[in-house]
Amino acid sequence: MATLTVSRPPFSGFSFDNCKRNALLEAEANKVGCGLPAARKTGTTICGLVYKDGVILGADTRATEGMVVADKNCSKIHYISPNIYCCGAGTAADTEMTTQIISSNLELHALSTGRLPRVATANRMLKQMLFRYQGYIGAALVLGGVDCNGPHLYSIYPHGSTDKLPYVTMGSGSLAAMAVFEDRYKPDMEEDEAKQMVRDAIAAGIFNDLGSGSNIDLCVITKGKVDYIRPHDEANKKGVRTGDYKYKRGTTGVLTKMVTPLALEVVEETIQTMDTS
Amino acid sequence: MEKHYTNSQVKGVSTGTTILAATFDGGVVIGSDSRASIGGEYVSSKTINKVIQVHDRIFCCIAGSLADAQAVTKAAKFHLAFHSVQMETPPLVISAASVLKELCYKNKDELQAGFITAGWDRKKGAQVYVVSLGGMLVRQPITIGGSGSTYIYGYVDAKYKPDMSRDECLQFALNALSLAMGRDNVSGGVANLAVITEEGVEHVVVPGDKLPRFHDE
Repeated sequence: MATLTVSRPPFSGFSFDNCKRNALLEAEANKVGCGLPAARKTGTTICGLVYKDGVILGADTRATEGMVVADKNCSKIHYISPNIYCCGAGTAADTEMTTQIISSNLELHALSTGRLPRVATANRMLKQMLFRYQGYIGAALVLGGVDCNGPHLYSIYPHGSTDKLPYVTMGSGSLAAMAVFEDRYKPDMEEDEAKQMVRDAIAAGIFNDLGSGSNIDLCVITKGKVDYIRPHDEANKKGVRTGDYKYKRGTTGVLTKMVTPLALEVVEETIQTMDTS
Repeated sequence: MEKHYTNSQVKGVSTGTTILAATFDGGVVIGSDSRASIGGEYVSSKTINKVIQVHDRIFCCIAGSLADAQAVTKAAKFHLAFHSVQMETPPLVISAASVLKELCYKNKDELQAGFITAGWDRKKGAQVYVVSLGGMLVRQPITIGGSGSTYIYGYVDAKYKPDMSRDECLQFALNALSLAMGRDNVSGGVANLAVITEEGVEHVVVPGDKLPRFHDE
């Protein structure tokens, strides 16, 4: 069966190509006394909900590397197609690359069908890829969008199972966010109420989960329009320093002053233009 | 109080479930709960549908790893649709069960999913088949499966009669599911049932608060 979607040829099972290289690198690193860098996890709160006119996706913006914040303002809501966006939790590289691969495959598919891509198609592609890798790709995703059949929201787990639900949360802060949703969700909400609820759910994750933090990003998807609000809410502003450690001129007394001019003459001057086309 | 070990050697989302199918006079009732859990601690979905239609008069119930079960049933659905087009006749229930069995047996090292297949066909009427984890295929008049089934073996053995009427069988299935959901922590939500006869398929969904209650509730 000929297909137009080629970014990597589908072969069964896990690809072990890099294992030998990784083992060699690890041995080399251990010889000099350091270890390999740990995979950066996004330790995250992401959520999505379906409201009257469409879908709202929300995410925090902290990326952690162990117990240190690696990125204070990373973007966890990824573009899949003009009408479909996807939040990613888990290993940062996995969510980034998986969404990019599916995004480009979906664009080729849309060119082939001549239609706007459907959320169910993106869901199928993602789940089939994640299932093929049997959970070794650590990507937990919240996929949302509006297509010809209306608004849709899916949660996709790293092993390849999916759920189609009206509201979903994922990531280490998912329990805190789900508590907010379970309390206040109603079907067919208005946009402002829905945005406030998503903001509150992410805020619950940010303030109650150590792995989530910084700001709140929102993505409102309706038929024909996408509002990518980054940041929607700067929940954690960096404080302003109240003191100044600069010393004023004259604090240290000057005893003597000696000025020696250096007579330098220009010997050679060359100009090299850079090709900036 | 002994610690109840979570049965989850299943990685990722598990359906940790109660599923059953029973034949009655003229048809078959197949049903399940609707809970999906992670590690026996977090309910990831309260409303998943574990009764999946693989053909017009053939349904199957899934148990085990949700990812594996979804992948296998999607493949089985495709195979059956293709098979029925080739044969120019609706597929037999045993064909559906065999397709699932082949997938489970050939990939037994990688998969962790079990199925109950139930349906009606012209050759043998109402049938129930169970495909277990390793790929064994067995026909039984009534079968129960999933982690919650352990709590209702006694009830099923005592109360099941082979030639019940449709309503009696439906009530029996509802009672069995309620009892299991009441005792098993990874089963719960709503009861999804389907009644399959020669005439057609009827879906019955009973929300948690309308389930039959017993003396201690």
